[in-house]
Amino acid sequence: MSKNRAFINFLFRISGVIAALLFTALVLLIAKANPWEAFSNIFLGAVSTPIKIADSFVAWVPLILATCGLVITFTTGLWNIGIEGQISLGAIMTTWALRLLQDSGLPPVVIILAGFLAGIAGGIVWALLAGMLKFYGGVSEIFAGLGLNFIATALTLWLIFGPWKRAGVASMSGTEPFDMSIWLPTLTGYRLSIWSLILAVVSVLIVYFILKHTVVGLRLKAVGKNYKAAIQMGISPSKYMLLSFVLCGVFAGLTGAVQVLGVYHRLIPSISSGYGFLGLLVAMLVDYQIVWAVPMALLFAALNIGGIQLPIMMKIDSTLSGVMQSSLVLFFMLMDGVRKKILKKEEEQSNE
Amino acid sequence: MHIQLKNIHKYFGSVHANNDVSLTIEPGQILGLLGENGAGKSTLMKILSGLICKDSGEILINGEEQDLKSPADALRLGIGMLHQDPHDFPSMTIREDLQIWDQRSGRANHSAVDWQALMKIQEDLGFNLDLDGSVGELTVGERQQLELARLLWLGVELLILDEPTTGISASQQEILFSALKKLAGQGKTIIFVSHKLEEVKELCSRAVVLRKGCLIGEREAPFDENDLVKLMFGRQITRTRTAHAGTRDVCLSVQKLNIEDFRIAIENVNFDLYAGEVIGLAGMEGSGQRQFLQALAGMKQPSSGHILFGDEDLFGKNCYDYQKLGIFYVPSARMEEGLVPGMTLEEHYILSDCEKRVFIDSKKSHKVTEDRIQRFNIKGRAVTFSEELSGGNQQRLLLSLLQDPAKVLLLENPTRGLDIESTNWIWSILRERCQAATSIIFSSADLDELTFYADRILVFFSGRISEPLDSAGLDEERLGRMIGGKDWPK
Repeated sequence: MSKNRAFINFLFRISGVIAALLFTALVLLIAKANPWEAFSNIFLGAVSTPIKIADSFVAWVPLILATCGLVITFTTGLWNIGIEGQISLGAIMTTWALRLLQDSGLPPVVIILAGFLAGIAGGIVWALLAGMLKFYGGVSEIFAGLGLNFIATALTLWLIFGPWKRAGVASMSGTEPFDMSIWLPTLTGYRLSIWSLILAVVSVLIVYFILKHTVVGLRLKAVGKNYKAAIQMGISPSKYMLLSFVLCGVFAGLTGAVQVLGVYHRLIPSISSGYGFLGLLVAMLVDYQIVWAVPMALLFAALNIGGIQLPIMMKIDSTLSGVMQSSLVLFFMLMDGVRKKILKKEEEQSNE
Repeated sequence: MHIQLKNIHKYFGSVHANNDVSLTIEPGQILGLLGENGAGKSTLMKILSGLICKDSGEILINGEEQDLKSPADALRLGIGMLHQDPHDFPSMTIREDLQIWDQRSGRANHSAVDWQALMKIQEDLGFNLDLDGSVGELTVGERQQLELARLLWLGVELLILDEPTTGISASQQEILFSALKKLAGQGKTIIFVSHKLEEVKELCSRAVVLRKGCLIGEREAPFDENDLVKLMFGRQITRTRTAHAGTRDVCLSVQKLNIEDFRIAIENVNFDLYAGEVIGLAGMEGSGQRQFLQALAGMKQPSSGHILFGDEDLFGKNCYDYQKLGIFYVPSARMEEGLVPGMTLEEHYILSDCEKRVFIDSKKSHKVTEDRIQRFNIKGRAVTFSEELSGGNQQRLLLSLLQDPAKVLLLENPTRGLDIESTNWIWSILRERCQAATSIIFSSADLDELTFYADRILVFFSGRISEPLDSAGLDEERLGRMIGGKDWPK
């Protein structure tokens, strides 16, 4: 029975994916493009060469880091829309630390580590702001996060075009790139850094461990599921929700730091690359289970990288990947709803 | 309305909740449906009111077979159920809530919303609901009143009442019963689900008893109480009063306490709670008991006064400080305020473990869980989710989560909706605690329970609190009058 059930669940998941592909194909047909060609271009664009596979992992790292943070806030019942701003603040603080230390003569390792720590601090501050607005100002974390995202974007632009502008003329391409010595070292011939990969894997393990094996993790879950009962058990919901924001801020800050240290090597206007919002989709798609977020984030990262091929090969905009990702989420959730309904009916019938 | 149930079966997983139940109910009859917790009474009534679907069997209404797929279906046929847990919209005003239901019923006789009719029903039943008040601010009892008034207003022909007297006062109960008798006289059919024999005796002309999903017997009025008890439990149960466990050591001293709320103001409360004593709070639901209990637990800040615990004044401290001192509040709404849905029993025990630790010690928590499940006789396993337990077992779980030793337990309607056996069992556990010098303050709508288990009683009437009355030798009639607002000193 349970084996059968698992198979049925799997079938429904697959059918969600197929429905999403069909929908995307429809969009392509409307745009007068060949769906098959587009899909194969995306696929080849993500896996055809080792460099492309590595690039998919380059995108996977910030995405899974952001998802790590979001799984924690979702567990606590918080909608941390402000993740984008928290990533940006992480990136800003990392850039600030690097600018401060780049000519100090300190060993690169120290400067890079300082960059990471500064990034974490930036993420925490921005997440705590959202949390404090919620608890002391009564502002829903969704609106607080949304507002803080705008401020973070404005702050980034101001820094790029103001105090941190390039010698000569300021431009949308960002601040002056850092010296290669303080880049996160990459594998020769690739853009992928083994260190950022390790960071991402360790982060996943830490989040898994916190949520499954620590009392704090269980308390976060209790607050998310019934904060009134948590009060009776001596757990202060506001304290644990703030903690949840702080933990998410850590991972958001790391995401920003990786973007600066390992990918762009400078501050650019859209430094978060939308990984925060994408992380929200990934987290929802895997029902906030961090283990399943690992392959799902990889799929999303591969779609992002594969999509880059589209404008080059077929003159279609690369946002098609976005269409695929979001239709995937929508159809997945739709099929899950259908599955639950059908299973419930079956259960009722099988009892007769 | 003539109702015929034929061979109804219902399973939940492996539990056979209704096993071949057949039953005929004539119009104008008040039928008592008796049975202990988990006997399948609620299930059967939920099937009849369209809330859940039967697995097999037939429902004939006025001789015609009907397929009830939803409560709206049932309502359209004139079947309305008053549930144990109110089915309403907490975020709306009462007027809005009624309008929604009016539309749902599909009965077009309220096209211009007929508020006067509703006010008249309210008046008949002695309810006093402010139509522009918010549903969420009502107490459980007031929400039940709203629901009852609403069903009558929507013109139901078959009224199903699931434990309707929990949460309403003795005088309201009287009014309710006379209203029900009046309705029956008008030819309406009434099913009265209860485990309170007194009420069934007083109200019903016929009673059927469910045990473990089967309809095992029926009796016509007048009923023999012992006979019904034997049918329900398969044996006779009597309450045994335990000896007074209280001492004269003051555990908690309340002085000049004022509690203010948007709804109620409680002024100048003074009393001493002795170690090992049980104080019962009597009064109509919503007379301030909840606010009082929450104030003593630090969940609600009193506006002024002193709460002395030893040498310490607890005024102004938060509930976590109270918890650290061993003062605990147990809410009446078990699933909403006490337990975490989606979490297993074992997870509840880990959470309530006061020992400071970082990692979950699964070996220890397995052991604690097995111990508590056995000691508190909970029908569930370590991996059972709290919401899957029955009401009585949820209450046992809630009590089993309390730290040992506790100094003061503040229990809001601790036996609400439980059968005699569960009630007795829970009180035996609570009495055990009293022997260990834990003091208990509890609220209840059941006068028997109050006079039986409490050493002293505080009577509440719209924010006023009486002097502590010794329950030994207390005249129950006088207690009833005080609850109804009479016999109070000027």
